This record gives sequence, C-alpha cells and structure tokens, in this order.
Amino acid sequence: MTLVLEQLLNGVQLGVTLFLLAAGLTLIFGIMGVINLAHGSLYMVGAYGAALVATKTGSFALAALGGLAAAAITGMVIEFVVIRRLYARDHLDQVLATFGLILFFNQAIVLLFGRQPIFIGIPPLLSGAVQVLPGVFYPVYRLAIIVVGIAVACALYLMITHTRLGMLVRAGATHREMVRALGVDIRVLYTTVFGLGALLAGLAGLMAGPILAVQVGMGEQILIVTFVVVVIGGVGSVRGAFFGALIVGVSDTLMRAFLPGLLRGMMTGSEADALGAGLSSMGIYLLMAIVLLVRPKGLFPAHG
Amino acid sequence: MVETTMVETRMADQSIAETFASPKTGVSQRDVVRFCLMLIVLAALVALPFAARALDAANLTTLATRIVIFAIAAASLNLALGVGGMVSFGHAAFFGIGGYVVGILYQHFVSDEPLFGFISGTNQLIITAAAAILVSGLAAALFGALSLRTSGVQFIMITLAFAQMLFFLFVSLKAYGGDDGLIVRRRNVLFGLDTRDDATFYFICLAVAVAFFALLHRIMRSRFGLVLGGIRQNERRMASIGIPTYSYQLAAFVISGMGCGLAGALMANFARFVSPDMLHWMQSGELMIMVILGGAGTLFGPALGAALWIILETSLAAWTEHWQFVLGPVIILIILFFRGGLQGILTMIRGIAHG
Repeated sequence: MTLVLEQLLNGVQLGVTLFLLAAGLTLIFGIMGVINLAHGSLYMVGAYGAALVATKTGSFALAALGGLAAAAITGMVIEFVVIRRLYARDHLDQVLATFGLILFFNQAIVLLFGRQPIFIGIPPLLSGAVQVLPGVFYPVYRLAIIVVGIAVACALYLMITHTRLGMLVRAGATHREMVRALGVDIRVLYTTVFGLGALLAGLAGLMAGPILAVQVGMGEQILIVTFVVVVIGGVGSVRGAFFGALIVGVSDTLMRAFLPGLLRGMMTGSEADALGAGLSSMGIYLLMAIVLLVRPKGLFPAHG
Repeated sequence: MVETTMVETRMADQSIAETFASPKTGVSQRDVVRFCLMLIVLAALVALPFAARALDAANLTTLATRIVIFAIAAASLNLALGVGGMVSFGHAAFFGIGGYVVGILYQHFVSDEPLFGFISGTNQLIITAAAAILVSGLAAALFGALSLRTSGVQFIMITLAFAQMLFFLFVSLKAYGGDDGLIVRRRNVLFGLDTRDDATFYFICLAVAVAFFALLHRIMRSRFGLVLGGIRQNERRMASIGIPTYSYQLAAFVISGMGCGLAGALMANFARFVSPDMLHWMQSGELMIMVILGGAGTLFGPALGAALWIILETSLAAWTEHWQFVLGPVIILIILFFRGGLQGILTMIRGIAHG
C-alpha cells in the first residue's frame, strides 16, 4: 500500500513534468500551427543551463534562474532565426527543420559539456523526506516539483482566461487572420508565446535535473512521450495536455513499478524483468492506440 | 450495394486518371533522353565495383551498397510521403523489422530451434527477404490502420510513437540481443552466389533496387498512383467523388512499409548486424530528409537524396566527430531555401538551359 502511494506520487510528479512540456508544445501548435521537435532541446538547454550555474555558484535559486533564462532566450532566438520562416510551411518542412535544430543542439551540448552525464545535487532546503501520510515518507524535492507544476498549471489557466495576453492567445488559436486584421502585432505575440513555451520546457528540464542525469538526448526521450500526451489529450488543448500528462505519467510509472512483479509470477525472474520493462515502456503507446480507436481527436479536443 | 459502389469507384478512378495523366500517344523525345540517361547511370553503377577494384578503393563498393539500400528505403517512404502526402515519422520501424526478421531467422537457423516452436530458421535470402517484406507489411497494415484515423500533425506524432514503441520492444527482447543488437555472422545465401564477396552483394542489392524502382514506376503511373496523388492534393474532393480515400492511403502505406522492410533485410545482411538503432527515430528522420533532399514525389529523387545524404554524412563523419553540428544547420538551410530538393534544382537548371 505504501509502495502504491509512493509510486502514485512519482507518477503525478512525472505527469506535471510532462504537462510543462506538453502545454508549451500544444500552445505553440495551437497558435502558430508549428510542430516543434526542438521543444525537447529547450528542456535540455534548461537542464544544462541550471547545471552550469549550479556548479559555478552552488546556489540553487541562481541555477533555476539561469536555466529559465537559458531556455527562454534560446527559444526566442530560434523562433527569430528559424521557426519564424516556417509558419507558412507545411508540417513536413517544420518537422525536418526542427529535426536539424535537434542535431545542432545535441552536438553543441556535446562540444560544450562533453558526453558525460552531469549530476546535480538536490538543494539542502528541499532534501530529505516528509511524512505525507502516517508511516508514508516521500522526498520533499519531488513534492516540490508537484507543487510547482500544479501552481504553474493554475497560473497558466488564469493567464489564458483572465489576461489580455491570454485573450490574444485564445483569439490567435481560433482565428489567426482576424487577430492580425484587428491590428495586433502578431509577430510579437508569436515570439512571446514561443518564449513562454520555451520557459515552461526549461522549467521542466531544470527541475528534472536533480532526479535524472543531465545528459545529451534527454530532450528527445521525453519529447516523444510528450507527443503521446498531446495526442491523448487532444492537439491544441491546454486542458487536454494537463489531464493527458497526468494519465500518461501515472500509468507509465505504475506499469514500470508493478508489471515486472506481476510477470514474475508467471515466468523466471530475469526474463520477467526484461519483458516487464519492455511492455511497460510500450504501455503508454498502447494506451494512445486505444484512445485513438475510441476518440481520434483525443480526450479533450480543442474547440474550433 | 457493394457492387454499385465498386463500379462507381472504378468510374471515378478512370475519370481521375484521365484528368491527371496527359494523353500519352507514342514516345516523346524527352522519354528517349530520359531512358538513355537511365541506361548510362545504370551502366556506371554496374561498372562501379570494377572501377573500385582497379582503383584499389574497396570501400567505394560498400559505400555504394549502402546508398543503394537506402535508396530503396527512401523511395518506399516516398510512396507514402511524397506521392500520398502521408508524413510518416516512423518508417524506420519497418526498416528495423526487416532487419530483425533476417537476424532472428538466422539465429534460429544457427541454434536449430524453431521460432515459436514451428517456424524453422533459415539463411536463404529469398526466404528471409520475403518474410521481411511480409512481416513489415503486416506491421504497416496495423500501424497504418490506426494512424490513418488521424491526419496532419497527429499523424506525424502517432507514427513516431508507434516506431518508438517497437524500438522499446526490441530493446527489451533479451533473447535477441536487446540493447546490444544481434550479429548475423554470415550473410544469407542466394543460389550459388558468393554473398560474402562485397561486389557480389552489391550486385544483388543493385538488381533488387532496379526491380523495385521498375515496380514503383508502374505504381506511380497507375490509376492507383494517380488517385493517391489526388488524395494528397485534396482528400475531401477525392472522397466526394466516391473514392474510399482511407483504403487507398492504407494500401500505399502498407506497400511503403514493405519496401522499407526489404531494404532493412538487405541492410541486416550487408552490415551483418541488427540493433534497435535501426528503428531509432533519428533513422526515420534521416529517411525523410533523403526524400526531401532528392525531391519528394518523384521517382528517382529519393535515390539521389539517399546518395547525397550518405556521401555527405560519410565525408563529414570522416572530417569531424561532431558532424551533426554541421549537418543540422545544413538541413535547416536546405528546408528553408531549397524546397524542391535536388530534382527541383535539376529542373530549374534544365529550365534555364532550355531558355
């Protein structure tokens, strides 16, 4: 029971990380119509930015700022240099150009930091474990990620429904040309939204840093899972991204934790472990296939 | 009821064929030029291993073999992507399946234990290649049937995710090497040919490629190919004149997957090694780039693209370990400024030459 609760929390923690990425991806797609494969690279840039500042200064707060700044600035620069030219293009061109960006960023990171994974320590303030239920201890850092993720989700919700920027975002997603015709500087809006998406990706990356190893290729691994989230939730829908991320995060974590054990009842230990690991990595894709069979547009399709 | 729809479909097909195909009476001068050009290229490709031996550059033959194999894979992807407009980001899955069919059958051939208890292993290229085509076709039918329920950006993401799923499946198959991959100690045998000789193997691949491109030529010129092109241009219009677009797209997707499976089977034999890397999403991306680089939707564009890409990759990799640092921006520049690919540039040059 303790284990189940612990894994459930781990799942939620993975879920909010995925949400931060999926929200940015889906916002960028919803408003600019661009599919950005390099979103995973921004996650990686955020993690490396934070790692760099953390090793130089030792302060987690500065590291967090550094990671956010690195991701947001990188995002705005690639929007200005590359992505801006892709708005009018078809998805194929967007995929390939951003694929080129991934190759570039991965090698740039190798050149700057080498291939060795970097490990960042958990800040002392957030280290240790806390009793979440009688007898159940859970790491503070992971709880903090959940809290930050949910706070960001709420802030994003408020921003989209209650601010001028949010109004433009909604308007842009429904009818791009009309927004432009009404005199809104669409270029600034695009760069802002892209920067916001990059910021969220960077936040996810820098928070994941102390849990996972910061390494080249970390972005693509999570990017593909993020795609699954977006497809399950419904492309272009932030609400869908939130629920999709939680569903994927929890089911993936639970399958990884318990499937090998269940299989071990049926076959030998090592084979069960290997097969369990394989099946649980495949699980979310099967989930996606089932969702597609029932609701091709995702669980929470965006309006219009 | 079913009969009437079929008749209607057939009639619709004919009308489209008439609309799209320019009436071809006799052989035009351009066709003759094109045919001669093809013969010259083919002659050069046949002469290549002999030239390589004379120049004492044996790795030229292996480089050419890789190009030929990837030309098959890229051309198959092109049928889905360039002709049918289905942007599949997961075709490496079929490439990898083809490779694994060869690897797994070989392993069972060596260990002499039947697969699933009744399929005995083999090292006959004819059988392994056919099995590779069959299995990758089945996988393409399954993935395609699900993926084609969506379109646009979802389709891209879903094909990518399915390929990734298979990637994890093969990583977890410890019996077949898992992460480390599977070594095929000796190439499959084909009749009495010495497949261990690189030049002989090159000729086998070249022969397969020629047959495959002839088939693709037939497909692209056929009514089926024209309908497919029509669906790419305007799916709704095609549907409204009574064409079951889903079935057409699925059929093209399956054929495309089979071609990639065939290429994968050849690759496994050529490299004598298969690993989950063959199904990696980077591989899918590279196949797409080959298609775009050469010119999507054309018959020989993907082959040109494959050649250019592999030569570029090989020479950059020889120059620096961080070749992707250069290649990434090169891809971006190509996408941003040379949309039609090589074929587009060639057409442009021809246009200028003809005034």
